[in-house]
Formats: sequence, structure tokens, C-alpha cells
Amino acid sequence: MNINEIQDQIIEEFAVFGDWMERYEYLIDLGRSLGPFDEKHKTPEYLIEGCQSKVWLYPSFENGIITFTAESDALITRGIVALLVRVFSGRTPAEIVDASIYFIEKIGLRENLSPTRSNGLLAMMKQMRLYALAYKAKQEHQ
Amino acid sequence: MQLAKSIEEIRADFPILSTMAHGKPLVYLDNGATTQKPLQVINVMEELYRTTNANVHRGVHYLSDRVSERYEAARETARAFINARSREEIIFTAGTTASINAVAFSFGERYVREGDEILISGMEHHANIVPWQMLCERKRAKLKIIPFSDEGVLDIEAYRTLLTERTRIVAVTHVSNVLGTVNPVKEIVAEAHRHGIPVLVDGAQGIQHGLVDVTDLDCDFYVFSGHKVYGPNGIGVLYGKADMLNELPPYQGGGDMVANVTFEKTTYNVLPFKFEAGTTNFTGAIGLAAALDYLSALGREAVAQREQSLLALATAGLSAIDGIRIYGTAPHKVSVISFLPGTIHQLDAGMILDKMGIAVRTGTHCAQPLMERYGITGNIRASIAFYNTEDEVEALVKGIRRVTEMFV
Repeated sequence: MNINEIQDQIIEEFAVFGDWMERYEYLIDLGRSLGPFDEKHKTPEYLIEGCQSKVWLYPSFENGIITFTAESDALITRGIVALLVRVFSGRTPAEIVDASIYFIEKIGLRENLSPTRSNGLLAMMKQMRLYALAYKAKQEHQ
Repeated sequence: MQLAKSIEEIRADFPILSTMAHGKPLVYLDNGATTQKPLQVINVMEELYRTTNANVHRGVHYLSDRVSERYEAARETARAFINARSREEIIFTAGTTASINAVAFSFGERYVREGDEILISGMEHHANIVPWQMLCERKRAKLKIIPFSDEGVLDIEAYRTLLTERTRIVAVTHVSNVLGTVNPVKEIVAEAHRHGIPVLVDGAQGIQHGLVDVTDLDCDFYVFSGHKVYGPNGIGVLYGKADMLNELPPYQGGGDMVANVTFEKTTYNVLPFKFEAGTTNFTGAIGLAAALDYLSALGREAVAQREQSLLALATAGLSAIDGIRIYGTAPHKVSVISFLPGTIHQLDAGMILDKMGIAVRTGTHCAQPLMERYGITGNIRASIAFYNTEDEVEALVKGIRRVTEMFV
């Protein structure tokens, strides 16, 4: 599946929820099921500091594919982190750089990516793109 | 003590309280961040722009005279509200932050030298930390901190030993914005004065919860914001004793603060105008006076009593929830309750409450050193005003119960 297919899949998953509580309960579940994050990467280098919650994002690059692992101290933020990892991890740098992200808005979580919310998510998305740009530049140099 | 109006009448004065948030009736419990405005304030500001707008103190014309009179009447209202001795001791500023910065700059220029000490408490809002840190950096002075107990009570014994011959000023909050603690400022002032040290009291969280009498407190400065006392934002008060203010250099130059200007030498205007450079926020000041009048008419002691009973209800309700931790259990506190339900992150709880229509503050509340003192990254703060109801407090308690179920 490409990035847009995954986005559409997420939108479909969220369409079944009747109210906000169900959506949040699902995000909490997603947050709980987010893959493990290596404690040794919980360093300032990989920390994306929000005023309200913290996000750690660790990239690795192998065989032209970027893998992201991530973590947050707040569970709903963690759920949204899990969605972003699902969309962006396992992609080539070019796919990430060219991606247009629309699923967040479609599932009604836009306010969570507003600059005023300061939960680290907007900065996390920017950071994923920056890593992709850096790896892309590295590829083009080789 | 009875409020002069019924709770229904009071709530009708605050149109915003009937807002629907995410389809639910708004439960506004973020009054520590800002308070809502009664029609009495909204209307006076609208009326002012419609009928009485001109620049203050500058015209010989009809409108300028009218608005200048009302601006000075607002000063008198503020003076009476905090029981200052004279109206020249009331400086209108942009708010608490602006007031503290003004004192930190002017006082610092006049009195602080290398190696001197500034004493603040460990429970200060960033607004009563950073301006003093900036001063200390400018003058190579030292910032000293009064510690406090787990309950949120200042350590007065430690305070006494922290007052030294190098201490130039003590700056302490009247009421902690996180813990709700009402600090014994009268005692703090008396102790500092024994050593000839002046005291600034940050009244941002004190002014709205009952009586403030600066003459009785004997503090040298008392500062507060309009928007936290049911008035407009962008206006605040710097109260300073006249003798002290006369000694301080102005911190901003401009129009209205001068007596005579030549390119060689400028002489400054008298108090309070010396500290009010440029066109002041006169609409804000007049709106603030309307808010203070509103509170006085309602009965300030009755307001405080009502808030105490709502606080008791919230404290009892929240305390009954398993795993809850309340930050700030001082015997003397205002209607601010900070807490964490078990290990649930404050942002998670705040987001769920928001969808229930309940507005609380989550995070560090601009008091990071305080959070560090408790070893937490933030908490949830419900701050209650007299216009809140028992049902709203109950909604908060139910909301937190629901949150704890969701995160089990």
C-alpha cells in the first residue's frame, strides 16, 4: 500500500465511530499497541519537546527505506504518533518528501496538529520530513 | 454573607457561560487563566467607543475632557478597591507581567548592584521569575529562592534566614496559581521591613478572590491584571507606595510622562503619569473599573465564601477518586485545585474533559520550577469562580471518574 492508501484505510477505520469518546478510546488503544521504543534513544537528540506532551522520534535508514520508531508520554498523543508511524515508516525518502497528509483532518484530529496545541505532533511531522529530506540528499550524493 | 444576586442572575450577567462546547454545555473551570466578563464590563466598553472616544489628557475639547474624567475615575475605583492611600499610587499598565517588568527594571536601575540578592519564592509564576532573572543577569546579582513544603506552604523560617544585608527586594506571590496557597504576605512584608527591604506582591491570583488591602499589607508594590478579575485584557495595575515610585526612574519614555522636553534635557511628569508613557489603554482601565464595581456590588466577602464552598465540594469529590493526587493542600487556599488522576497524563485527561465541555488548564501553568519541585511534568488545574455552580463541580468530578475508567 502506498501512503495515500494507508491514509484512506485509516479514514475508513475512524468512520465507524459514532462519537468523540469512541474515537479517543481507539486512539488510546492504538497508543497502547505502539511498538516498543528503545530506552537508549530517549535522549535530547531524539526528543521533540512540546509544551503539553513530549514525543521521541528515532529514524533508521537501510536499503533505501526509512524506519521510524516513536514514543510519547501522553497516551492519546501516543495514539496519533502510532498513526503517523504507520503512514510514514517503511517508506523511501522520496515518498515521504512528496506526501500530502490529509487523514488527520479527515478523522477530525486537526486541532491536535495546530501550532497552539504544542503537544509535539506538528513538530514530529516536520521532523519526519526533515529526516526524509536529509536521507534523500544523502542518496543523491552517492 | 449573601451575594447581592442569585446564581441565575449572576450567570445571566455572563453571556459566554451559556456557550455549547462540542455540543455540551460549557463548564468553564479555567478562571485562573482568565475570567469571563459580565455585561456590565462589555457594555461599558462598547458604550465608550460609541460615545466617548478621544485621547486622554491631551485635548481641550469636550470628548477628551469626558474620557479623561472617566479614566481618572477608573483610577479612583482601583485605588479604593485595594485601599491604596492615594490615586497617584495607581499606575495603569498592560497587566501583571508588564507591572513586574516595570518594577524589576526601574527598581533594578536605581538600587541593585553586583553581588546583591533578589529573593523570590519557589512557587512563583514565570512572570515573577524571569524579569528578576533578567535583572540579575544585567546587574550580576543573585536570585535566591524561598522553599515550600509538600503541602504548598512557604517555609517562613527559611525565609527569615534568606534575608541578608545584600537582599534588595523580595518578590512573592499573594496566591499560588497552581497550589492555590494564600501566602502570609503581611508577615512576609513585616519581616522584610524589619531589615529595610521592600516587597513586591504578585496579586494576579489574589485580587479576584476577596479583599486586598495594600495599606494593611503594607507592601511596597502590588500588581495585578484586569482580565483575571472579570475585566478586559491588556490592562493591569501597578500599585506602588508614592515615596518608592518617586524614587524610581521611569522605565519607558514617551508622551504624557514628561513635564518638559528639550533636546538637551527632559524633565518627567509627576505620579502617576511618570510611569504611563504614550497613549494608555484607557478603555481597558474604564472596563476594569466596571469589573471592580461589579464585584464590589456583588459583595467581595460573599464571593470569597461562595468560592470556598465550591472548593470544598470539588476537593471532597476529587479526593474520593482512587489514586488521585492533589497538589496544594495548604490550610489557607483559594478555589484553585491542581491534581493528577493516578498515572494518567494531564493532556490525556484535559482532552477528554474538553470533549465533555469541561474547560480546565493542563500543563505546567507557567510554573515549571514548581512542577520540578514535585517531580511532575505538569498537572490538571481546575480554577473555580463564584459564577460556577455545584452542578459544574459535580460534572468535573464525574468527568475525572470517566477519564480514570477510560485509562484503566
